[in-house]
Amino acid sequence: MSNNIFKPALAWTLSFALSAPLAVAQDTLGSPQLGKPVTQMDLSDLDLIASKESVLPAGSGTAFQGREIYAAKCASCHGAEGSGGAANQPLVGGNMRSQDAPTRTVGSYWPHASTLFDYVRRAMPANAPKSLSNTEVYQVIAYVLYMNGLIDQYKVINAETLLTLKMPNAGGFIDMSASD
Amino acid sequence: MSIRETDVAELGAVEPNLEPSTTDLMVAGNGLMSRRLLLGLGLGGAGLTVASGALGADFSMPVWSKQPGPGPSGYGQPSRFVADIQRDPGRANPLYPGGGASRTPLHQLRGTITPNGLHFERHHAGVPEIDPAAHAVFINGLVERPLAFDYESLLRYPMVSRTQFLECSGNSGALFRDAAVDGTAQSINGLVSCAEWTGIPLSVLLDEAGVSPEARWVSAVGADAASMGRSIPLNKAVDDVLVALFQNGEPLRPEQGYPVRLFVPGWEGNVSVKWLTQIKLSKEPSQFRDETSKYTDTLADRSSLQFTFPMGVKSIITSPSGKMQLQTHGLYQIEGLAWSGAGSISKVEISADGGATWAEAAIDAQAGDKSLARFRLPWRWQGNSAQLISRATDNYGNIQPTRNQLLAEKGALAFYHFNAQQCWDVSSNGEVKNTYV
Ligand code: HEC
Repeated sequence: MSNNIFKPALAWTLSFALSAPLAVAQDTLGSPQLGKPVTQMDLSDLDLIASKESVLPAGSGTAFQGREIYAAKCASCHGAEGSGGAANQPLVGGNMRSQDAPTRTVGSYWPHASTLFDYVRRAMPANAPKSLSNTEVYQVIAYVLYMNGLIDQYKVINAETLLTLKMPNAGGFIDMSASD
Repeated sequence: MSIRETDVAELGAVEPNLEPSTTDLMVAGNGLMSRRLLLGLGLGGAGLTVASGALGADFSMPVWSKQPGPGPSGYGQPSRFVADIQRDPGRANPLYPGGGASRTPLHQLRGTITPNGLHFERHHAGVPEIDPAAHAVFINGLVERPLAFDYESLLRYPMVSRTQFLECSGNSGALFRDAAVDGTAQSINGLVSCAEWTGIPLSVLLDEAGVSPEARWVSAVGADAASMGRSIPLNKAVDDVLVALFQNGEPLRPEQGYPVRLFVPGWEGNVSVKWLTQIKLSKEPSQFRDETSKYTDTLADRSSLQFTFPMGVKSIITSPSGKMQLQTHGLYQIEGLAWSGAGSISKVEISADGGATWAEAAIDAQAGDKSLARFRLPWRWQGNSAQLISRATDNYGNIQPTRNQLLAEKGALAFYHFNAQQCWDVSSNGEVKNTYV
C-alpha cells in the first residue's frame, strides 16, 4: 500500500522512547498517584481477555457436548445450521477464494480461534451476555468450529487446543498498524 | 425529507447585487465564485439584498414581545421550533438488543462543534447505565503495579482539553456500493462528529502503573454488555490518547461513554472505547472480534487490511446536500466539513461541474489538529444541472482521493474507511441527489 490514502504521516511512530515522554507527562502535569493496587485475583471476574498472551481459563468441551447449547441459546438468532438466521449473522460457511463476494464468517475469515472464545464469553448470547460458564463456552464454540468443518465432533477444545488450531484464513491479513 | 421553511430561507432567496466586476469573481465552471467574496474583498461592500417573499413576519408587534416567558430552567433544551433536528436511531432490532447506530444531522448544523445530544452513536449492546461510584478503570497485564482508579480519584488528575473529530470507520460505507444510494448528508455521512474532549492523558495513568519494557500494545475494554475490546499500539497510547471524562464541558453523555471513555485522536471511532473499565498491556494485540471479523477491509486479491487506524483526509458538502430542493435561482453558499486523521486541513477545493474545474473554498477559523474544519464558497445557480464535489488536502499533503481511485486501491469488497470525494447532483429543477461521477 503505497498510496497516500494509507499515508497518514504518523508522528507517533517516531517517538517510541517510552521512559522519556512518560516522565515529562508526569512532571508537567503533576499526577496525584491515586491508583489502588489490585491483583490478577481481584480481576478474575472482570478480565475477560482470551488470547495467546492472556491465559484462557480452565475447562474444555466438544462439539458433541455443545450441540444442545447451540440449539437452545444460539440457533434462534444465528439459524439452526449457523447460516445467519433471523439476526442475519452467519457463523458458518463462505470461502475467501470464491468468485462472488465471499461471506466472511468464523470459518472462512477469522484468523484466530482464540477470538471465538474471547467474543462468545464477553458478548454472546446477545440477549444474555456472560450467562454461559467457561465450560459451556468451550462446548458451544467447539460446535461452531465443528459446523465449519474445522474439527470433528469429539475433538476436545480447551485453552491449549484452541491456541494451536489453525484457522483457514490465518495468513489472510496485512497488519497496517506500523504503516507510515 | 420535507424541506423546512428555514432550509429554504438559509439556502436561497438571496440575489447578489451584481456589479460589472462580478464576472471576474467567477473562478471555476458552472457558477463557482471566489472565496474573496466571502472574505469581504472583491465586491467591496456590495451588499446582498434579500429577495421578496422570504419574511414570515407581518410587522405587527409579536405576541412574545407582549407577555413574559418562562423563567430560568435547570437544564436548557433546544427551541421547540428545531425539534426536527434529530439523530436517526432507526427501529430497534430485538435480535440485536441495544445494537445499532444513529447519525448526526450534519445538514442541519453549522459551525464545527457537535451538540452533545446530536453526537453520532454506535453501540454493540446498548447504553449501560453506569453508577460512577461503582465503576473503576483498572490497568493490568505487563505493568509493574496493576492499579484500579475510581471515578472520584480520576477527577483529581490533571486534565487537558482537545477539540477533535470522531468518525466511525463505517461512515460513508454505502458509497462503496455500485448503485448510488439516495440519501442525505446525515444518512450517508453522519457517523462523524466533533467535540471538545477533556480528560487525563493515558500516559499519566500508565506511568503510575509502570509499563514493562516488553509491552507494545494496550487493550482497552468497555463496561457495556458487549464488553467492547480493542487493541491500540502503545506508542499511540502514550502519545495523545485521553481517558476522557468531559464532552463539551459537561460529563460525558451516557451514549458517549459516561462516566469515562478512551478518546483516540484521528483514529477510527471504534478504538475510542466507551465506558472504559480495563487497560491491559501486552506484547501483541488481543485479536478481539472487532479488530478481526469487523473493522477490517478485504481487498480485491482477498487479503484483508487489519489495524487500519487513522481516518483518511476527507470532506463532505453539507449544503446543498442530498434531498434538499433549491427553490430560486441565484447566489448560494456551498458549505461543508473537512477533516483528516493525520493532522489539520490545509485546503478544500470545490467543483460544480463534476470535477472538470475547481475553486478553493474559504476555511472558517484556524482548522485545528484532527478537528473538523468548516468550508464555504459562493455559488451562482442559474438553473442548469450541476455536480458539486469537494476535495480536501491536509497539512501532510494527503489529498482526498476520487471514488475511482479509492475503489482501484481497495476494491469493491471493502466496507470501512471510505474517504473518497462525494458528488451531489443538482438537477435543473433544483433537486439535490447523491451520485457518482
Ligand atoms: C438475540 C440474538 C442472538 C443470540 C441468541 C446469539 N447471538 Fe451471536 N450475534 C448476534 C448479533 C446481533 C451479532 C452481531 C453483533 C455485533 O455486530 O455487534 C452476533 C455475533 C456473533 C458472532 C460474531 C460473528 C462474526 O462473524 O463476527 C458469534 C461468533 C456469535 N454471535 C456466536 C453466538 C453464539 C455461540 C451464541 C449462543 C451462545 C449466540 N451467538 C447467540 C445475535 C445473537
